[in-house]
Amino acid sequence: MSRYFTKEHEWIEIEGDVGTVGISDYAQSQLGDITFVELPAVGAAFKQGDAAAVVDSVKAASDVYVPVAGSVTETNEALEDQPELVNTDPDTGGWLFRIKLADLGELSVLMDEATYKAYIAEL
Amino acid sequence: MYPCAEGVPVTDPDILLSPNILQDDEDAQVPLTLPLDAWHRAAGGRMVEFAGYWMPVQYEGIIAEHLWTRTSAGLFDVSHMGQLEVSGEGAVAALEALLPADLAGLQPGRLRYSLLLDENGGILDDLMVTSRGDHYFLVVNGATKWDDIAHLREHLPDAITLNHLDEHGLLALQGPKAAAVLDAMGLEPAFAGMVAVDELGFMQAAAYFWQGRPLGISRSGYTGEDGFEISVRGEDIAALADALCAAPEVKPIGLGARDSLRLEAGLPLYGHDLSPETDPVKAGLSFAINKRRRSEGGFPGDGVILPLLADGAPVQRVGLALTGRMAAREGSKIYAADQLVGHVTSGGFSPSINHPIAMGYVATAQAEPGTALEIDVRGKRLAAQVVALPFVPHRYFRKGAPR
Repeated sequence: MSRYFTKEHEWIEIEGDVGTVGISDYAQSQLGDITFVELPAVGAAFKQGDAAAVVDSVKAASDVYVPVAGSVTETNEALEDQPELVNTDPDTGGWLFRIKLADLGELSVLMDEATYKAYIAEL
Repeated sequence: MYPCAEGVPVTDPDILLSPNILQDDEDAQVPLTLPLDAWHRAAGGRMVEFAGYWMPVQYEGIIAEHLWTRTSAGLFDVSHMGQLEVSGEGAVAALEALLPADLAGLQPGRLRYSLLLDENGGILDDLMVTSRGDHYFLVVNGATKWDDIAHLREHLPDAITLNHLDEHGLLALQGPKAAAVLDAMGLEPAFAGMVAVDELGFMQAAAYFWQGRPLGISRSGYTGEDGFEISVRGEDIAALADALCAAPEVKPIGLGARDSLRLEAGLPLYGHDLSPETDPVKAGLSFAINKRRRSEGGFPGDGVILPLLADGAPVQRVGLALTGRMAAREGSKIYAADQLVGHVTSGGFSPSINHPIAMGYVATAQAEPGTALEIDVRGKRLAAQVVALPFVPHRYFRKGAPR
């Protein structure tokens, strides 16, 4: 298993050809209290960088982009009643959706965890 | 991950928290710092640019800060707002020529909510005006203060002095425990015969000394709670903020909760719910046009506003309660069946009510509480019901009322 990050603060955890997508701890801390998550439909297909979900905080709605192309296989239904999981557990329990990757090669443009940590340290 | 394209433009994608409260200060100037800047940073405030200044948008989190203010007392730094003194012979008439308030009838030590109007009756700003006996004290919005000052200088006669207190800070202490906390500070009335600070009634003001430092205090605010606004010299503000926050009932509160609190209280935000395209009648602010001014006129845009007062406005500001959890934001379109009837001007999640709320303008035919409408959010139609404002009852301190 390996985890990659985008400059827009999504993470994707790869297992075989399926990736689990969430937003980083840094992102949730910037957004503040999350009150609603709009998740994609299972089966929906996205290109790399497409907006696939929306996280609503008290102040603002923010798009979540797909780190790599693919089609959605599953969404985190727990977020329906507990959107705050994205705040309290962004790296695991607050995941948003799973996607079957169309092209594993697209992972090469993403950052690994060490690179992402260095990236946010500069922000 | 970036803020959605709809709604308010966001100037900096890193400032994910604050698009609703970033006002139209589009000049890419370096933000200025306010006297409490270091204090906010030391207190863990997340600083964002707002109205040309670095301001704290939150400390521990908007929902926690919001609920703390509703149940205890919150301290807000609103030093970005403009504090102006207007004095000189004829100041009453000069200001009444620009504002629809009855200032001649405003007793010293009292304040009123008022509006700076243009010649078409459009709202240039909303403000508080206090009679301080020998002068008037105005508090105007931070994002509009430079335009307000220019407008006032242009229209006030030469005999009238306009003084910008740009080295003063402004704190707001808001919440059900605000009065007890302020009372325990040992403030001394500046003049004999003035009441103790916790005996001020809503929309009353007086001058006090705190450890020899002068404070101008009014019982007013922007949260719907009982509370006070405190004008304080810049060099004294950090000591005062420290002393207030030393009380266990008080926590510092950021701009994020200030916005969600005022939205629940049904209070409009200039630049969002109010603009030069908004007149006081459609904005639901007819109360700011006092009785004598209605009969006499003589304020900017009276030819537009007086007929609207008599006949009603074709469009009105309303409260909208949404079901579910998805929030409607500024700019969202409002429908009655397939007919576009208005748009949202402020919206977000209500921490007190625990569902999304919004304010917007709709055609008067759809403005009656109970009317079922729909709001388009990212292509989804959300059910919304028109409700009476405020969403959360005001709890202002009325003298003589049971406490």
